[in-house]
Amino acid sequence: MLIKRASDLKYSDITPREDYLNRRKFLQGLGLAGGLAIAGKGVADLVSPPARAYAGTKLSAKSPSPFDTTEKVTPPQVVTTYNNYYEFGTDKDQPAKNAQNFVTSPWTVSVEGEVGKPRKFTMDEILKLAPLEERIYRHRCVEAWSIVVPWIGYSLSNIINLVEPTPKAKFVAFESYFDRKQMPLWSRAGIELPYVEGLRLDEAMHPLTMLSIGMYGETLPNQDGAPVRMTIPWKYGFKSIKSLVKIKFVKDQPPTTWNITNAHEYGFYSNVNPNVDHPRWTQAREVRLPGYFKNTKTLMFNGYGDQVASLYNGMDLKKNY
Amino acid sequence: MNSILTSKWTKVVVFLACLIPAGLLIRGAITGNLSSNPTQFLEHATGDWTLRFLAITLAISPLRKILGQPQLIRFRRMLGLFAFFYGCCHFCIYIGLDQVLDFSGVWADVMKRRYITVGFTGFVLMIPLAVTSTAGWIRRLGGKRWQMVHRLIYVSAVAGVIHYFWLVKSDIHLPLEYAGVISVLLAWRIYGRYTNPKRHAAIPKMERKNSAPAISD
Repeated sequence: MLIKRASDLKYSDITPREDYLNRRKFLQGLGLAGGLAIAGKGVADLVSPPARAYAGTKLSAKSPSPFDTTEKVTPPQVVTTYNNYYEFGTDKDQPAKNAQNFVTSPWTVSVEGEVGKPRKFTMDEILKLAPLEERIYRHRCVEAWSIVVPWIGYSLSNIINLVEPTPKAKFVAFESYFDRKQMPLWSRAGIELPYVEGLRLDEAMHPLTMLSIGMYGETLPNQDGAPVRMTIPWKYGFKSIKSLVKIKFVKDQPPTTWNITNAHEYGFYSNVNPNVDHPRWTQAREVRLPGYFKNTKTLMFNGYGDQVASLYNGMDLKKNY
Repeated sequence: MNSILTSKWTKVVVFLACLIPAGLLIRGAITGNLSSNPTQFLEHATGDWTLRFLAITLAISPLRKILGQPQLIRFRRMLGLFAFFYGCCHFCIYIGLDQVLDFSGVWADVMKRRYITVGFTGFVLMIPLAVTSTAGWIRRLGGKRWQMVHRLIYVSAVAGVIHYFWLVKSDIHLPLEYAGVISVLLAWRIYGRYTNPKRHAAIPKMERKNSAPAISD
């Protein structure tokens, strides 16, 4: 299979110029909306149509992938207007509106900690570091909805091998970009920011663990974690951190945002597991968006058990939820 | 003002206005505009409207007093019934779409998950209020007893707000807004009780002929 690399493409070329004026206008609008009565706001929510999908830049990637699911791919409109990205608002439709002018260029990802060759990667370097692949993964949110997304990227192990972790490195800590100015709704998020996540080193090295820079044949829309994010298909969606700026190799299990927020509900591992309910809802079923009925059976490890179950041999997954 | 409030057409207009949210949701379902997760959207929208109508219903008595418009009482029963209507929609969507008619699952949820326990309680407590909202029931129960029973709406409203608090993941601003509104409406009643212990809450018109409590306003 021919692998087309975007060799002449610079990441700075593909990020649209920011329109600060529009953002300011939008914020003023928010202020006005805040003053409206509860009932009026409710009607406005019902009347206003959802935001349009953000058009990115085309990416070439190798496909199909042996990891592909054969399930029906979710329409991009669904995936780009329904996002958990609390820095841009806690309502699902807010990130698509509020992240439109998020500045994603220039961008660097710092790889540091217990590694022989710490370094900063620019987006141009990340684009060319390994052949881009398209992989169609199931994505299961802890909130019991799921989507099927054709991600573009490559296994994170490509980067890990480059920086040469030392024997002390047992875990990998991830950190999202955070900027109060660009993310004015941060204070409403109710979670500590910047958003942090973590994996065991062997989980991070697993070929399914993906560093994603695109989806649906294009660069990532801002609301879906532009310009670069993680995709870990056998774990609940919140483990797949967005807008990644730091990867740090560490000795001990790193803190993770939702575990800090509510340890009783969100564990470090957070593997998709139909047998361990969220304290507030069942995890045995899910709704496949944009459907109405929550009647799709949730699969152990989100259906990736053949590939990843061995990572957890001998572990009590009820305790290590 | 008074002639507007007493006009039978005003009641029709208010009735139709109360149906607008339901109409917009139906339109959204037909045109596929209920976000990417339509069931969640419907659950949240109908839950919101239940709480809003509970708040609006609870606002009638204070507004009658503050605005000096006792005629507002004409709308209270209808508004309360709309709270119940949106509560029914909320509950049906949960049972039909979220639980996919798995009644043992619903019962397990009610017993096991506290936010559902409290929400379910708030909803169930609205049923006797809806049933006894007719003139006949006011007569049968007698004003005082009827009034006692209908104070259950306070419990339903508080239960609804707690349900919302326990449901959100981290951003508690919206439940806080409802908590604020409901608190003010309940505090007004407590305040009224202490400052004017003889004052009774309003009992609808058809009751006045037959029963004892004097209506001060």
